Amino acid sequence: MSGRSLRVPEALVQRIHAHGVETYPHECCGALMGKDGETAREVVELLPLANRRNDSPRNRFEVTAEDVQMAEKKASELRLEVVGWYHSHPDAPARPSEFDREHAWPWYSYIIVSVQQREPRDTTSWRLRDDRSAYDSEAIESVAEPASI
Amino acid sequence: MAVKVIIPTPLRPYAGKKESVELQAATVGEAMSSLTTLFADLKKHLYTDDGRLRSFVNVYVNDEDIRYLRGDQTPLREGDILSIVPSIAGGTQN
Repeated sequence: MSGRSLRVPEALVQRIHAHGVETYPHECCGALMGKDGETAREVVELLPLANRRNDSPRNRFEVTAEDVQMAEKKASELRLEVVGWYHSHPDAPARPSEFDREHAWPWYSYIIVSVQQREPRDTTSWRLRDDRSAYDSEAIESVAEPASI
Repeated sequence: MAVKVIIPTPLRPYAGKKESVELQAATVGEAMSSLTTLFADLKKHLYTDDGRLRSFVNVYVNDEDIRYLRGDQTPLREGDILSIVPSIAGGTQN
């Protein structure tokens, strides 16, 4: 555990779950748009995106550079920034895989939801270490409404 | 050639918190090399251990992906803007 936490309104957690169920048994993905403060990070809005890994959507997801730029533009229009990404692990634990780590960027929060037999289970968040050696878990602080940082 | 490199948000902590950096470079390869010399901590996030640009790191010259130009050898002109743009990937192990 890194000691960091990520505030996420409960309604957005539910939307991530719903997206994971909708795309099951394929992985879902999307952008976390919010604010990164000195002491806290908060998700304010989601941007669900298409999984571009058409060849292997059951165990892989991809957000293209074009989609990343589009998400950054949307976030900027809302006076937010892209603070991370979410994706689902169908019938697999909500823990980052080695493949996740190899492809991760630092700084971003990565939310993973485990969807077992079409039922959303654990939801976790992770940040890559500076040296890329591992992820640290980041506590999800579920809040009723977005709060200003 | 004076060019500007736009640093993506997740890499700014490793580049003196700068949004962009101005450099002198004649090619994309030179610009990237200068950037990682200036900010050594960027290197492991941009390049694999054997020195290849990571697959999820995209470099654009004035909005054109260098994969469709001449890669590292893409020549630069005065005032060109290089953007480093993430793509995001992952998934379960199996």
